[in-house]
Amino acid sequence: MTLTTTAPAELSVSAPTTAEGDRPTGPRALRHVLVLARRNLIKTIRTPEQFIDVTLQPVTFLLLFAYVFGGAISGGSRHQYLEFLLPGMLGQSVALGSIALGQNLKADIEKGVFDRFRSLPIARSAPLVAAVIADFARYLLLCVILVGFGYVMGFRIATDPLSLIAALALSIAFALCFCWISVFVGMKARTSGSVQGIMFLLVLPLSFGSSTFVETSTMPGWLQAFVKVNPISHLVGAVRGLMLGGPVGSNLAWTFAWMAALLVVFVPLALRGYARHA
Amino acid sequence: MTFAIHAEGLTKRFGDNQALAGVDLAAREGTVLGLLGPNGAGKTTAVRILATLLAADSGQATVAGFDVRTDPRRVREHIGLTGQYASVDDDLTGTQNLVMIGQLLDLRGVEARRRARELLEWFDLTEAADRMAKTYSGGMRRRLDLAASLVGRPAVIFLDEPTTGLDPSKREDMWGVIRNLVADGSTVLLTTQYLAEADALADEITVIDRGRVIAGGPPDQLKRVLGGQRLSVRPADLGQRDELRRLLAVIGHGEPAEEGRDGLTVSVEGDDVLPDVVAALRSAGIRVTELSLHLPSLDEVFFSLTGRSEAAHQSTDRTTEKEPVA
Ligand SMILES: Nc1ncnc2c1ncn2[C@@H]1O[C@H](COP(=O)(O)OP(=O)(O)O)[C@@H](O)[C@H]1O
Ligand SMILES: [Mg+2]
Repeated sequence: MTLTTTAPAELSVSAPTTAEGDRPTGPRALRHVLVLARRNLIKTIRTPEQFIDVTLQPVTFLLLFAYVFGGAISGGSRHQYLEFLLPGMLGQSVALGSIALGQNLKADIEKGVFDRFRSLPIARSAPLVAAVIADFARYLLLCVILVGFGYVMGFRIATDPLSLIAALALSIAFALCFCWISVFVGMKARTSGSVQGIMFLLVLPLSFGSSTFVETSTMPGWLQAFVKVNPISHLVGAVRGLMLGGPVGSNLAWTFAWMAALLVVFVPLALRGYARHA
Repeated sequence: MTFAIHAEGLTKRFGDNQALAGVDLAAREGTVLGLLGPNGAGKTTAVRILATLLAADSGQATVAGFDVRTDPRRVREHIGLTGQYASVDDDLTGTQNLVMIGQLLDLRGVEARRRARELLEWFDLTEAADRMAKTYSGGMRRRLDLAASLVGRPAVIFLDEPTTGLDPSKREDMWGVIRNLVADGSTVLLTTQYLAEADALADEITVIDRGRVIAGGPPDQLKRVLGGQRLSVRPADLGQRDELRRLLAVIGHGEPAEEGRDGLTVSVEGDDVLPDVVAALRSAGIRVTELSLHLPSLDEVFFSLTGRSEAAHQSTDRTTEKEPVA
């Protein structure tokens, strides 16, 4: 006793295609990204705990390392260690700071907010690119807080303000490339909670297995080999050079190479993960 | 005849779970198609495929005249989607939510704000316009979510269980809103677990179960197949139960069935049967504590369509009750 709808006599007529509404390009796509980035910023500002990992957390690390290990590590001169430590902390903090991005994206997807975006005629990549751009504000805050607090503790740059700005710009630029790993993990992880776990497993060895906290000459050979290729080491090396003087060329080149590599690998992976998200 | 939504042979498998096993759907322009089915039937999967969020394994579908697989971008220009769980942005105000969608649809700032104001007013959210959506009640979130899918005046609107979790009075409000949408010329695909809702709103109903279409047609036709409405009566005096049973057998179709502890139910035809029932009860001198006329429940529908007992649906029904009011 099954009724069925009568078979349609004709299929729907395809409307003629027009140029209007093709793949969003140029200014239109940029506008979409900015609108979405603004949304991310509003959300971040309305949830102040979103700032802990770029304010209190790096400051706490700075204090802990400077005062707990500082004396022991640099043979008594805490100030000398602070000079060494602070540029290094920038590298670790931007890497740690990127974790929240993947978590937030995953949470948005879980809540269904992205379903609405995906049903709109905007570029598929727009929500992800927007989230990364909005993260810029957090990294900027991070740099200002860390260097500002370092100054209070007695840190002084040995170069000029322009070099300092260059060092901070480099850190932020690196962060904006590195955070695509977090975006990718956010697209692949099963829950937003697991994003954090996975990213910690990646970020902790990268940040501690680098020249951030101690001179690499004290490490065993195999670890030195790892430190030598570690992108965080190169970033920290370049930032140290810019803040404290000394050669930067090779570290800078390696940092740029790593940034390009991160983008080339993880942007497409993240976008593909996002597109496949059912 | 032009179909705003037309799908043939849609299939989708998740792992070894066949969510859709060849579903055909058709909605004429300016009508409401009700997609009726229990939890897990494949309603959301079908909607997600038609809204270009998910690719079907096989089959083809056009929405607003565009192929969802080859022309998703154009489909997206013509659709509005209200998902099963309200996808509003909690940390944004009602206005911000709608203005953002407007801007993403390339409305200029002023226009986007005007449209947001208009919709907030229409959905009775003006008072709450500047409050963050996380302070909204379940019903308000639903309305904001629906408003968000209407910003671009879409020709085709997908509403995935728009009233699940709403209390009855809010449900009626939502029905009014949906009727207005069609009056404006939009085509609506509405999924629901309630036959009464599909009956109240849809021009055509497609019933699906386990990824297959098991019945379809206009509500009246479907109701005839399903045995019309159900009359439930509970006698005040249990001694009059047999007398009541005989009376119901005359009024209704088929044998009256037991309902609850001492109630009886029988299927009847026509909406105007109630006065006759009251008159018959009075002249027979049977007093009743309960008398109601209602559409068969989804379980009863499924029983008459598939012959499967409602036990098969019990586990899924329980999850329905717990569904968050998102
Ligand atoms: N993303 C998914 N991954 C795995 N299984 C899924 C997914 N989405 C839906 N399903 C399964 O497909 C079937 C149909 O689900 P759905 O379309 O949500 O049904 P309905 O909306 O009618 O309740 C269910 O058995 C469900 O568990
Ligand atoms: Mg569903």
